[in-house]
Amino acid sequence: MKYFPLIWAALGRRKPRTILTGLSIAIAFLLYGMLNAVNVAFNYGAEMSGVDRLVTTGRYSITQILPYGHAHQIRSLPGVTSVAASDWFGGYYQDQRNFFPQFAVEQEEYLGMYPEIVLPEQEKQAFFTTRTGALVAKTLADRYHWKVGDKIPMQAGIWPLKGGGNVWTFDLVGIFDTANPKDRGQYEMMLIRHDYFDEARQFGTGTAGWYVSKVKHPSEAGTLAKLIDNTFANSPNETRTDTEKAFNQSFMKQLGDIGLIISSILGAVFFTLLFLTGNTMMQSVRERIPELAVLKTLGYTDPLILALVLGEALLLTLISALLGLAMATMVLPSLASQLPGLSGLTITLPTIYGALGVAVLLSFIVGLPPALRAMRLNIVDALMGH
Amino acid sequence: MSEAIVSLRGVTKNYTRGKQKIEVLQPLDLQISQGDFLALMGPSGSGKTTLLNLIGGLDQPSSGEVNVGGQRIDQLSSRALAQWRSHHVGFVFQFYNLLGVLSAEKNVELPLLLTSLSKAQRAKHVATALEIVGLGDRAKHKPSELSGGQAQRVAIARALVADPTLLVCDEPTGDLDRKTADEILGLLQTLNREHGKTIVMVTHDPKAAEYATHQLHMDKGRLIEQSANA
Repeated sequence: MKYFPLIWAALGRRKPRTILTGLSIAIAFLLYGMLNAVNVAFNYGAEMSGVDRLVTTGRYSITQILPYGHAHQIRSLPGVTSVAASDWFGGYYQDQRNFFPQFAVEQEEYLGMYPEIVLPEQEKQAFFTTRTGALVAKTLADRYHWKVGDKIPMQAGIWPLKGGGNVWTFDLVGIFDTANPKDRGQYEMMLIRHDYFDEARQFGTGTAGWYVSKVKHPSEAGTLAKLIDNTFANSPNETRTDTEKAFNQSFMKQLGDIGLIISSILGAVFFTLLFLTGNTMMQSVRERIPELAVLKTLGYTDPLILALVLGEALLLTLISALLGLAMATMVLPSLASQLPGLSGLTITLPTIYGALGVAVLLSFIVGLPPALRAMRLNIVDALMGH
Repeated sequence: MSEAIVSLRGVTKNYTRGKQKIEVLQPLDLQISQGDFLALMGPSGSGKTTLLNLIGGLDQPSSGEVNVGGQRIDQLSSRALAQWRSHHVGFVFQFYNLLGVLSAEKNVELPLLLTSLSKAQRAKHVATALEIVGLGDRAKHKPSELSGGQAQRVAIARALVADPTLLVCDEPTGDLDRKTADEILGLLQTLNREHGKTIVMVTHDPKAAEYATHQLHMDKGRLIEQSANA
């Protein structure tokens, strides 16, 4: 610690350059924080999926609709306790930018399977008894200033009304939250009733996009999934059944390998940063050769000189990394409001540890060449300005 | 005669520039007694700074022995030599060589960071050194806020703060006007006479050399004349 003022002073030698370099590093870590938060949020959906829920879709595509009769057959299989037909409504509120997920579900079965969705019993009952009823997540209600009793006009993106027209009006009968506040991002959605949706839509009547089944014993989920698919094998509507976690992971993969995309972007950013920061550190040491020679003259050993220059790089990158993460923490709420379903964007502890690890590695890579040069300085030559 | 604190025997120093071998110091013997104030004089290229660097442990001889304070420093490793310098030698340069980003007191503290002294003890030593050179009131100033003479006084405080055996000064007044140079030389003389510091000073200036107790003239890498001042 006694050398800290010396390291700190060295960073302050050319303040504009240090500040600009620090900002470059901070921006890289801002990206690191934001992209990792997105990645964590994407994966969190799969991680927190119920182990006792199965999702059955068309065998070849999630867009392949399944006849409603499938629900009865799945329900009759031993080990299945309930089945909920579900559909993707795919509309928007007032403006296309106001997009959030909307699902048509079999209300009682669905809410019975998702105890993580919590709402007052009175509102739940109102949903069960109001055909045009809708439930929305608290985060959405807050965003659009909705309250129970409001009529919410939704512009259909896929499903026009039977009588023509694209505006579906739902009665907001309840506002739900999640048992764990961390799950809010995953449940930022609107639920409407499947029976009303099925009757009122212009086409596709008597079908569902997918079925969610609850199994009695999670350990039998794999066996049951095979049993469901075997039930519909060689029929015109073959199925593919996965655990909800596998289904969510597969769905994410259709969007792309988020982890790989993020790693590639960050790799490019940090690779560029290596040259920028490395060049700055080199220049900084080059300018200070006489000063470093004086320190060596005073008795500072070669390893100590190496440590001082590495310490300088480490201090700069650590401060900048923390600044970048702090900036990310401030920016994430507004980013989350632009990304429906990802309202739970936060900087997690593993992200902070990862960032600090990257900062240490970065400082070592950019600091080592100038530190070695400083360490190997010949005092006499350096004092003579050679 | 006092005990020799610096003793050089058969010391040579050669440099190689391309294929050319340059003999900077011819075989050379020298004894400097404890408490001496020696002025090394001679024309440019005569080898006086090279000799000073060998005595100060900044460079190693091509051959011969260099004993300082009873230790053969020509056989020390780079690390051991650095540690030896921090304990036994204080350096004063022509252009002060202070760290511009640090205040006067932080510059003076630099050698003490290598010791096991506490922060409070270091602060006490620094204050004492700055008082000795007459700059107790400029401790917080940065080198750019000091005059040349004041900056050189800070450099002298830095050189003596760790209480070294030997002060090595390379043209300490070369960048100063006559009046300021006299003040600096007077300070060095005081350190020699009242604090018993052994001083080896390289200078071109005959007036500066008059402050020393002995003068030693060099030319073409040889000692050619030694004299004592009255």
